[in-house]
Amino acid sequence: MRNAGLWVGAVLVGFVVAAALVSFVWTPYDAVQVDSTTRIAPPSAAHWLGTDVFGRDVVSMLLVGARTTLFVGVVAVGLAAVVGTPLGVLAAMGPRWLGELTMRTNDLVLAFPALLLAIMFGAVFGPSTLTAMVAIGIATVPSFARLARAGTLQVLAAEYVLAARAAGRPRAAIAVRHVLPNIAGLLLVQASVSFAIAVLAEAALSFLGFGTRPPTPSWGRMLQEAQQLLYSTPELALWPGLAIAVAVLGFNLLGDGLRDRFDPRLADRR
Amino acid sequence: MVVQLLRRTAVFAVSLAVATVAVFAFMTVLPGDPARVALGVNATEEAVAATRAEFGTDRPLAVQYADWVSGLPVGDFGRSYVTDTEIGPQILDRLLVTTWLVLAGTAVAVVVAVPLGIAAAVLHRRAGGALISGFSQVGVAVPSFIAGILLVTVFAVRLGWLPSGGWTPPAQDPVEFLRRLALPALALGLVQGAVLTRYVRSAVLDVLREDYLRTARAKGLTPIRALLRHGLRNAAVPVVTVLGLQLATLLIGAVVVERVFVIPGLGSLLLDGVANRDLLLVQGVVVVLVLAVLVVNFLVDVAYTVLDPRLRRAG
Repeated sequence: MRNAGLWVGAVLVGFVVAAALVSFVWTPYDAVQVDSTTRIAPPSAAHWLGTDVFGRDVVSMLLVGARTTLFVGVVAVGLAAVVGTPLGVLAAMGPRWLGELTMRTNDLVLAFPALLLAIMFGAVFGPSTLTAMVAIGIATVPSFARLARAGTLQVLAAEYVLAARAAGRPRAAIAVRHVLPNIAGLLLVQASVSFAIAVLAEAALSFLGFGTRPPTPSWGRMLQEAQQLLYSTPELALWPGLAIAVAVLGFNLLGDGLRDRFDPRLADRR
Repeated sequence: MVVQLLRRTAVFAVSLAVATVAVFAFMTVLPGDPARVALGVNATEEAVAATRAEFGTDRPLAVQYADWVSGLPVGDFGRSYVTDTEIGPQILDRLLVTTWLVLAGTAVAVVVAVPLGIAAAVLHRRAGGALISGFSQVGVAVPSFIAGILLVTVFAVRLGWLPSGGWTPPAQDPVEFLRRLALPALALGLVQGAVLTRYVRSAVLDVLREDYLRTARAKGLTPIRALLRHGLRNAAVPVVTVLGLQLATLLIGAVVVERVFVIPGLGSLLLDGVANRDLLLVQGVVVVLVLAVLVVNFLVDVAYTVLDPRLRRAG
């Protein structure tokens, strides 16, 4: 199958999204309910993947954790797309100095990786899901801006855009009518790849204690709590680790597959 | 080429300056008054004023910035508001540890990625190539801290071959140093190796399609010999670039891996600084990490310009 990666990616992402949606209406147990009588229980009919050190059901925490992961990803990537895309389009269509300034600022923001920015935000504003989302979002803006600029420059060179300009169409109208629809595919690919990076960053931040705060379940913190028990129950670390890897793999494959679909010339190179 | 190098150096210098301003502004202006934070909400105005004078935070921001930034080149990062110790020596000590970790991680990444990437390209459209690409795709999805936990589970908990964490300086006990470095270096390097494998594969695939390689084969060289003799040097340029850029990712990845393996590096210092609300220390570590990223990017840029004759002509 030519585009197997796209389908595998879509299925994995679908799986994570389904888990998050199911958690809104059903979880086997209350994911935040501490129960000292069932601490570190092995997998059983009652608790499919066992319980953690506080007696919380691992399946329930994984389901609600999927919701946390997706929420952070959607807000962070959404923020990056909403800020980065107009910046990139403006950098391409506006005066030359504006383009230069935007790209140089972009390069500077790139020197602050998401994780470092989130730790700085955590140091100043206190660690929370919100600071993690904003930091990951800001660190992702340059990817969208750069891509939007490159895509816009390509569209602007097309003959139908030259015709529209010659006909006196205003720049804003050209941006909305011709540029945005033509770069939407590229942006979708970027969103999928950025989503994978956001999932990784959120997991790492929660692992370090800079992301989602207790008691809200998050995969990164489940992993951090499980690390204390590696010598007695190492499998507790396996489930959140697997969940993070599945989500990242899914979004990466989806992004790669979409890129192949939008630009088949690149398909051979991966 | 000279013009281009000068231009890049100028952009680099401005980026350095702006980055220090950004870090200073973010860490100094936003959090409020360090004197009040140090003394608590019940402190008298006189006490707060005295502490401000002691910290030097009663001076204009521009003066504070100039004072701070002028110390950076000589490793003077100021005195911690919380522990009242010099920050510079702590950062330099920890930077050495992190550098070991990053270098070892890079070595692992190269050892994994170069043979695998070449094999994946040579076996392109065959089961072996697809298998390697699949493995690298999965490797990319496993963050280094998860790889670290898995490695500890297998090699420290189950097999008991290697310690699960901690640090021994090389001067103190070289064997123990290597034993403790092994798992964190693997955790960092395997994941980066997975990323790098894809670039090596892509670069070698590009080279395999080149006319000069076809000519070499027409002259009677086997595909492998043609690749080894003529192809790899050309494939190296983009791979070295990616490797350089990955150094920055490794540096940040080390922050998390240090926490997994309880390694006293720059990452641990940063996280301890945040936990203790030691903002000047955090500011120092952040600026070192950001400057390291900028320096690596600049060196990669320069190396690329020097190595690639097409870019040389473009200048």
